[in-house]
Amino acid sequence: MRLNKILKNTLLVLTACLVLSACATKKEVATDIKGQMQGDVYTGTDTVEYLADGVPDRVFFATNESILTTASRETLRAQAGWLRKNPNINVVLEGHADERGTREYNLALGERRANAAKDYLMTYGISSDRITVLSYGKERPVDSGSNPLAWSKNRRSVTVKAN
Amino acid sequence: MIKKILILLFLIVPVNVNALIEVDITRGNLNPLPIAVSPLSIDEASRKGFEKILNKENIGSEISNIVENNLRTSGLFNPLDKKAFLQAPDIANLKPRFEDWNLIKAQALITGKVNYVDEKLRVEFRLWDVLAAKEMMALAFTTVPDNWRRVGHIISDKVYERLTGEKGYFDTRIIYVSEEGPKTQRIKKLAIMDQDGANNKFLTLGNELVLTPRFNPASQMVTYLSYFKNMPRVYLLDIETGTQEVVGDFPGMTFAPRFSPDGKKIIMSFAKDGKSDIYTMDLQNRIVEKITNHPSIDTSPSYSPDGKFITFNSDRSGYQQIYVMKNDGSDVKRISFGNGLYGTPVWSPRGDLIAFTKLHKGKFYIGVMRTDGSGERLLTENYYQEAPSWSPNGRVLIFYRETKTNSKGEGFSAKLWSIDLTGYNERQIKTPTDASDPSWSSLLSN
Repeated sequence: MRLNKILKNTLLVLTACLVLSACATKKEVATDIKGQMQGDVYTGTDTVEYLADGVPDRVFFATNESILTTASRETLRAQAGWLRKNPNINVVLEGHADERGTREYNLALGERRANAAKDYLMTYGISSDRITVLSYGKERPVDSGSNPLAWSKNRRSVTVKAN
Repeated sequence: MIKKILILLFLIVPVNVNALIEVDITRGNLNPLPIAVSPLSIDEASRKGFEKILNKENIGSEISNIVENNLRTSGLFNPLDKKAFLQAPDIANLKPRFEDWNLIKAQALITGKVNYVDEKLRVEFRLWDVLAAKEMMALAFTTVPDNWRRVGHIISDKVYERLTGEKGYFDTRIIYVSEEGPKTQRIKKLAIMDQDGANNKFLTLGNELVLTPRFNPASQMVTYLSYFKNMPRVYLLDIETGTQEVVGDFPGMTFAPRFSPDGKKIIMSFAKDGKSDIYTMDLQNRIVEKITNHPSIDTSPSYSPDGKFITFNSDRSGYQQIYVMKNDGSDVKRISFGNGLYGTPVWSPRGDLIAFTKLHKGKFYIGVMRTDGSGERLLTENYYQEAPSWSPNGRVLIFYRETKTNSKGEGFSAKLWSIDLTGYNERQIKTPTDASDPSWSSLLSN
């Protein structure tokens, strides 16, 4: 079941990448706002904090999506390595959505995003006992702007130390 | 908090059946009915009596102001300027000089009288058809003086019902979420107020995030989402006693709660492993039932008024759409097929329509469609708005609207708005703080 899901996610990532690159060639201006977005996924570092050296605390998502990008998977692999080195640390994965959606759906979407991150950590050997998922929906944006860049920073799953 | 206060109601004169004035509420009303709301007359002893208890100089005028304000905000009536009234309130209540009221173009007239009797408030009022020179209705109430605002609302409901043929919605309350502070760290509290914004009261302190409060049919209980101890769970709050309890024992987030029309169940979503399904819990025997079972997000459930069907929001097609199913979860049918995303379906208390939020090309709409998805009608468009809630008579929707921030992220606000089912009469409802997630109560008196 879990493997199935990962396979499905990988496939979706592949298609997403294809779509993104297609977009990029079509209108290159849309590729980034000061090099901080790819498609509509945030790729900058403004809001990112670090759990340890080289271990970013968050991953970002496209609008209405919970698919992990290549960069997100890299981040989560670093987090998994850090968690393996620190077996006493437990984490909360806080899932968030941007403000351009209805409140209740966004709560579910935040949960789905945090779970995508959780599933990935688990495939790298992190026990589900060490991970709690918490959705904030659109209730806790990091950027209060009403523009695509701000929204991209807010569509995120943040790994927070629980102890 | 909503104490069942005894309101005695007498019919002074049988209601006249051959009414001549009628207000059509099924279309946008561009010519609201001119109505004269004469101040309720009051004798000097009663005036002094109430001034002492209620600290209001003239309670008769205060009550008529409530009636006037309600009728005006309904959009169906045009209360005339009192300065133009020729006849004194006490005389008008005995026998209006219809020519005088006709002269100022009033088609209907409300008169009345307030008395202080045995420490109680006694109010009588009459509704007159000016053109036909006839009394249409006469009623009297006796209640505790503190209830004076409700008397104004009840009079408004009676007048509305007599002239439109449908129940009113003035003697009602709104529960909502009060918002303060920066957008990134909003402090949210449950708050309750009368439908006209009076008697605002906060029900929680703001220590934890609270969202989406909804009334039960008796308007005494509220179900809502609280992040108490950082665990988002559906709670039940008795607003009379202040007692709260978590609903069910779910190993994860429960959200999007609503009561069943009989008030016996709570229907809500439970999120687990990236999926959200719809569950019910019986409040008497605590039995939990799983209603949907799908690897998608199923949320925002709302019962039909007969309790036989449920409308809900799901992205099982790939994107947020609106569905209807039987109350046991069978016979799931998608009903939204227009362009864009659809959310927050909520069944009208009349049963014939479902209100929703729609996102299309970067704009948010509040709209309605029939329960089979046909006849979609968008009532209002804005940068951001969602979460419609029906007035108990199914004629008005209340929702919240958020503003766009500027390039520095400043200028955010969230406010409550209402709009008629006709798409006319859009109004902001004033609240002491920013506000969201409104839910309209049933009529408190019937």
